[in-house]
Amino acid sequence: MKAEQNRVLNSQEIMRRISTASKPIVSGVEEKDVEHWVTIYIMGKGYKVPADLTILTAIEYAGYKFIRGCGCRQGFCGACGTIYRKKGEYKLRTGMACQTRVEDGMYLVQIPFTPAVKPSYDLNKEEYAVSTVFKYYPEVARCVSCNTCTKACPQGLQVMDYVQAAIKGDFKAVAEESFDCIQCGLCALRCPSEIVQYNVAQLVRRMYGKFGTGPVPAYVTKRIKEIAEGKFKEDMDRLTKLSKQELEKLYSERKRESEYKETKDSD
Amino acid sequence: MKIPFYPGCTLKTSAKNFETSAIASAKALDIELVELPRWNCCGTVFSLTTDDLIHHVAPVRNFIRVQEMNESGLVKDEYRMVVLCSMCYNTLKRANLRVKNNRDDLETINNLMYEENQRYEGKVDVVHLLSLLQNIGFDKIKEKVKKPIKSLKVSPYYGCMLLRPKEVGIDDAEDPTIQEDLLASLGAEVIDNPYKKVCCGSYQTVQDKRIVAKLAYDILTHAQERGAEVITTSCPLCAFNLDNRQKEVKEMHPGFKEIPVLYFTQLMAIALGLDKETCGFNLNYVNPESLLKSKNLI
Repeated sequence: MKAEQNRVLNSQEIMRRISTASKPIVSGVEEKDVEHWVTIYIMGKGYKVPADLTILTAIEYAGYKFIRGCGCRQGFCGACGTIYRKKGEYKLRTGMACQTRVEDGMYLVQIPFTPAVKPSYDLNKEEYAVSTVFKYYPEVARCVSCNTCTKACPQGLQVMDYVQAAIKGDFKAVAEESFDCIQCGLCALRCPSEIVQYNVAQLVRRMYGKFGTGPVPAYVTKRIKEIAEGKFKEDMDRLTKLSKQELEKLYSERKRESEYKETKDSD
Repeated sequence: MKIPFYPGCTLKTSAKNFETSAIASAKALDIELVELPRWNCCGTVFSLTTDDLIHHVAPVRNFIRVQEMNESGLVKDEYRMVVLCSMCYNTLKRANLRVKNNRDDLETINNLMYEENQRYEGKVDVVHLLSLLQNIGFDKIKEKVKKPIKSLKVSPYYGCMLLRPKEVGIDDAEDPTIQEDLLASLGAEVIDNPYKKVCCGSYQTVQDKRIVAKLAYDILTHAQERGAEVITTSCPLCAFNLDNRQKEVKEMHPGFKEIPVLYFTQLMAIALGLDKETCGFNLNYVNPESLLKSKNLI
């Protein structure tokens, strides 16, 4: 019963959590309360940090402030890519700083951004075929199937498999296998064939979404028409004129989707 | 018979007709070609550099898939892997030979693939479909022929990848007859072409079309002079160079008369009485349908 009550958080509590989620959780920790400590090396310099921190919070504990290379802190945005090596190992490992716990003797470097090629294209002008993949990412053909990309993927995706599927024109397989990609770029950094796997997958997902999944459902067409006809204009105008406080109040008091009674029109 | 089948990228894109006609023909001969799950690139070109092991990883990784197919029951105790594309065949076969004959290389490659659940043990045998058919016996295939392609004058073209080097060649490198034997069993009138092993120009087709057009002209006209109405091949690259480049051949030689270039499996499908749809003639640059219709074959 108590667990049930905890799960049903009130709106104010949710707002409080959202607003604090992006603050370093190490603030307010008393050092005397920390029982276990580890030493980590941030770009070669050693720091003693509490053992139960993630790489992200440990770096903040050490005194660094993230301006880039940190986003959602929930393992979704892919901004905090990290390359690290564990004590006594030769392997360079990869991970998300917000999802990986520090270990004693860990050597770290942050990869806030991968300056990989990302061409512009207009899907309406492209052929739904492998030739489009090769047009924008010809280096895909150089894949030697070494699987280094898969080893590097912090999401555990079969990256090589989707690159190979792209070469075969199996775009459905590419879209499905790469669906959980967070665009961190670590695969591209490790690839000996200089392929930009994550951007290739994005191109294929876009093509597959546009051309490979059948016609646009009727309810989408209907809603687009309604928007064009101004069905939501009045509400939007009202919202955009509200103050921050009024918006927050409205958000916290909003009706949840589950509270709406399902009607035939709810599509 | 269920047998592992490696298609390769071209059979999934520009040479879909090669795959569909082969699978259908094999089925008519009670052979089920079971596609390797999660297959990857064959390696494209066999690397001749002695210490360039990274380019042999791709072919060897595919052999692990064949082992897995036997374990999962997709095939039963069948370590032969059928290949259609001549390029894939050559690369896979040679990489396999290299690691079978050089266990140190195999060890190095296996160590690189440490994330695989198993190591390649060297048990796989890379087999070209033509060799498999030869093994079954062309006389047996003849028994299954429903519509002999009589009156069709067919000239086989081999190119290089099926025949060289000798240790992977499916037939005599100087005087191959395996395609001729198959075509004869299908009822065709086989036309010999002294240019059947002459290079098609290969990847020069990307760099300089004229080189390929010149070679294609020689290969095609020599067959035509001997009466050939159709050329057959097993290589999607040869097929592209001999078929699609006829556009450039015509520009260079306005008097040149187009000639259809087919995969041998397309003629097999017709002779075995299969639906024309399995042949995918729309992917052939020079469409053979009017010719085949005139011979009452489709």
